[in-house]
Amino acid sequence: MIGAAVKARSDSLAISEVPAAVHVRLRGVTRVFDLPKGKLHALGPVDLDLGRGEFFSVVGPSGCGKSTLLDILAGLSRPQAGVAEFEGAPIRDVPDGVGVVFQEDASFPWLSVRDNVAFGLRRAGIDPAEIARRVDYAVGFMGLRDFAASYPAQLSGGMRQRVCIARTLVMQPRLILLDEPFGALDQQTRLLMGDELLRLWRETGATVLLITHALDEAAMLSDRVGVMSTRPGTFIDFVETGWERDRDSRVVLTPHFGDITARLWDKLRVEALKIMSSGQA
Amino acid sequence: MPRITGTALVLLFCLLLWQTLHLLVGASSLASPFQTVVKLGSLLATAEFWQNVAETMRAFAAAFLISLVGGIALGILLGVRRLAGNVAEPILVNLYSIPKVVLYPLVLLCFGLGISAKIAFGVMHGLIPITLFSMNAIRQMKPVYRRTAQVLRLTSAQSAFTVILPAILPEVISGVRLGFSLTLLGVLIGEMFASQRGLGFMLISAINIGQIDTIMAVALLLTIVAVTCNSLLLLLNRRMGYR
Amino acid sequence: MSEKRLRVLVVALLIGAVELMCRLGVIPLAVMIPPSQMVVELGRILASGEYASDIAVSLTNVVVAAVLSVILGFVAGLAIHAWPGLRDALEPLLASYYAIPTFVFYPVFITLFGVGSASIIAIAVLLAIVSMITATLNGIDRIPRVLRKTARIYRMPRWKTALLIELPAAAPYLFTGVKLSVAYAFIGVIASEFILSGSGLGYAIAYAYNNFENRHMYALMLLILVTVTIVNTALNHVDKRLQARRQR
Repeated sequence: MIGAAVKARSDSLAISEVPAAVHVRLRGVTRVFDLPKGKLHALGPVDLDLGRGEFFSVVGPSGCGKSTLLDILAGLSRPQAGVAEFEGAPIRDVPDGVGVVFQEDASFPWLSVRDNVAFGLRRAGIDPAEIARRVDYAVGFMGLRDFAASYPAQLSGGMRQRVCIARTLVMQPRLILLDEPFGALDQQTRLLMGDELLRLWRETGATVLLITHALDEAAMLSDRVGVMSTRPGTFIDFVETGWERDRDSRVVLTPHFGDITARLWDKLRVEALKIMSSGQA
Repeated sequence: MPRITGTALVLLFCLLLWQTLHLLVGASSLASPFQTVVKLGSLLATAEFWQNVAETMRAFAAAFLISLVGGIALGILLGVRRLAGNVAEPILVNLYSIPKVVLYPLVLLCFGLGISAKIAFGVMHGLIPITLFSMNAIRQMKPVYRRTAQVLRLTSAQSAFTVILPAILPEVISGVRLGFSLTLLGVLIGEMFASQRGLGFMLISAINIGQIDTIMAVALLLTIVAVTCNSLLLLLNRRMGYR
Repeated sequence: MSEKRLRVLVVALLIGAVELMCRLGVIPLAVMIPPSQMVVELGRILASGEYASDIAVSLTNVVVAAVLSVILGFVAGLAIHAWPGLRDALEPLLASYYAIPTFVFYPVFITLFGVGSASIIAIAVLLAIVSMITATLNGIDRIPRVLRKTARIYRMPRWKTALLIELPAAAPYLFTGVKLSVAYAFIGVIASEFILSGSGLGYAIAYAYNNFENRHMYALMLLILVTVTIVNTALNHVDKRLQARRQR
């Protein structure tokens, strides 16, 4: 079992080639914020292609514009320059087929777990029987069946994040964006949630973009990891992990995992040092 | 349950204190709990008393409705418009903390004697706390809720009614709780000066002729009603299953 | 900075509008005198010393009531906090406290303390003390446990921990209580004077109203408005500094 999860392709540390079926396409994407003190060049220019069904992670030093990148992909903010496309169409507002899981707890405390999960479907005016079917599936899938009638206040942080993931899952997104979803959780819970995420990714066939500051998380979960520079954030490296599609958290036991993490840290260390010496960290 | 027992014990202690004071200063200065309840009972049996209650309730209902609708609307407006909120907040806080009773003559001069002056005075007391609480509820709402509504592609009406309103409701109810009490206070003070009817008028005339048992009976009734309504709102807040 | 200016501008415009309406007769002189005349009249009153004793009585009452509320409220808060059973019993009562129209008990206080400052101070304290009790309880609750542990690592004696660690840690919350207590002391004193007393600013306003002395009445109203605004602004200034510290 471990062996199966561990088998890696020989060219696993090679710089990535553009995948065949492009699902998300960024070209020269740049974001500049107008602050009272002047302009802040937060991001870009960024070029990126995500293949359909790819699990892609972004790592980078704090404040490098990772979340800005996610906001652009989610249609929550627009680039000043460059193009961002999802399924061949430019991203303007939040596109259909995109789901987002935020770092902060976004579960609604006034709704039960079940109503939280069903929330988006009800607003979209979907047939009640279909809602029930999808909610049952998602609640079961995320291990929330015993808590379906509970309120978020009665759950742990990890469980609340599961609620948010389930709420995204029922919308059947083709692209799932995750903004440090496990940032507030403890290490063990994170590993287990990572397994859940992999299972979800396999079953749905969705494209996943995960933003994280944890190198091990990126190395363990992704097909490919993009390393970002300090502000203004651009990609300085892409690392292919070469994991089998059928993998889980036990890949961390293999030497190859150590190689990937080492390479990520090698690139990131210089950037993190820049941040620290500039006093921002 | 022991918590309720404790609260009951504290109330019992207050009752004992009341009785002791009554024994110390004499019945003409302070009616005993028993006398007060008896007096309240006999007042409740008269039609005249109920007319006064009705009069107060009429003014209070109007004042509270204005405070409620106006306060929530104004609060949401100031909460959404950041700059307007920042400019208005200290002014509102200051207005809240001035002794509004001294402005009463102004209200009388503007509205004349009668129910409209009482309503205006009630609104003066109740509007600002509801506004301030509603404004802060909007401002302190987690930004991630609004982003979630966006990501789920809700229309603005959908996000207003299914996300923003439920998110701010507990805070708004806290404001309404305070606004309720202060509106009642405002109406009562109004009646003490500008009316020939109502519970406030009953109080001031009892004070003027030194009818201590009537004062205590009306005070007891008002306290019971105010505390009951307050507790109901508090219960509503807790029952919402979150917070 | 620009927000502050905008606020001043808004207030100035409002006052200007009232002034204009008074001057143009939209608001009859019998209802309200122009704000500029209120200022002139207030200056005259203050210079002549006509109401000096009323002002002194009111301010003394406010100060005494505020100081008593803060001290008694703090001590009561400490005591209630030290006795969790009592706290559980009191909490529902504290939550409903402000629903009670306190001033209706004023006549009772007159029978207990007599007509005069003592009754007025008593009712103001009754109004103000609960904010201080609540703030004290809240402040002690919010002292981070790690600070107490740190004090123990330094082997500080109990009283030193209280003075050097707990008090400063709770200070921002305690000050919120002080601020509210002062505001309620003002309201309690002035309102009681207005309703039922024979001296003080509140009484002076009621007297002026009953005798159709509009000029005096508006000048005195202005005095109270200005005094409360100044006191509030000063307290808010301190409060803001303390609250900024709380975020760390």
